[in-house]
Amino acid sequence: MSDTAVHGSPAAESDPGVPSHATSTGLSNEKLGMWVFLGSDCLLFGGLISTYLLLRHRSVSGPEPADVFDIPFTSVSSFVLLMSSLTMALAVGAIHRADERRCRTWLLTTAMLGSVFIAGQVYEFTAFVNEGLGYTTNIFGSAFYTLTGFHGVHVSVGIIFLMSLFVMSLRGNLGTEKAETVEIFGLYWHFVDIVWILIFTVVYLIP
Amino acid sequence: MSVSMQSEHKGAPLEAHHEAHSKPHPRDRDYVVIAIILGLITALEIAFYFLEDDLGSGLVIGGLITMMIVKFAMVAAYFMHLKFDNPMFRRVFVFGLLLAIGVYIAALTSMHFWS
Repeated sequence: MSDTAVHGSPAAESDPGVPSHATSTGLSNEKLGMWVFLGSDCLLFGGLISTYLLLRHRSVSGPEPADVFDIPFTSVSSFVLLMSSLTMALAVGAIHRADERRCRTWLLTTAMLGSVFIAGQVYEFTAFVNEGLGYTTNIFGSAFYTLTGFHGVHVSVGIIFLMSLFVMSLRGNLGTEKAETVEIFGLYWHFVDIVWILIFTVVYLIP
Repeated sequence: MSVSMQSEHKGAPLEAHHEAHSKPHPRDRDYVVIAIILGLITALEIAFYFLEDDLGSGLVIGGLITMMIVKFAMVAAYFMHLKFDNPMFRRVFVFGLLLAIGVYIAALTSMHFWS
């Protein structure tokens, strides 16, 4: 085996699991780093979800969760975010096939679906405030806004990254050699989706 | 040439590079099928929520938690490729996940959450 199999060959550059440079583990450091970050982010969201569970029924005054939640609306938002994971996976698949145009389309679609989700969250927060649930109204409100707000910030950061990748693609800087970059960002986006899967069930659906 | 490459890898076997991505990723059609399944599970979750009075709280909570775990596992395994990529990635993520679950179950227990 020649070292071009590791350094700079098209196969090595386009394969997301194979680093384009030598690493001591034989794995991509960037991808491993993203997995370490996501593992540590589990602790952040675990803390926020646990805090919410502890505090949601300890308010001394209303409104309570059942008074404000609009499950049909949040279900649609959840479905939109779930479908954005599909479009992200399709973007990663397209860049691996060197189909830059389709990758660009799916990246933009993912960003739009993420934006719809964030718009829905802004609408939901506004409706809750109008119903009398501010950040400091009661302990349920504080825990709820902190948890869902942190998740919303993660989605918003993801949208910024998606648009950055989209602009890179428009400028021709997102070729097959950057497939790993798209895949690593995809990991982040899917993680945001699985955190919402937890939040949707634990916060909204479980009575 | 080969020797210099070995020294650059500091002893990591070259086979590790191939193990890094040993199984092919799903095709687009597979992703769509998985998304449809996830959508159907979400619809079932919502149905469970609205049928709480008929089904009872125990069944609803058990069903919702089971469906949540299935959705979580499907996204991680297929969309995030944990089923197909090097097991090291899975170990790193699962370690963080189990650590979080353990720490917060202990914290909730210490604060008498379950009672």
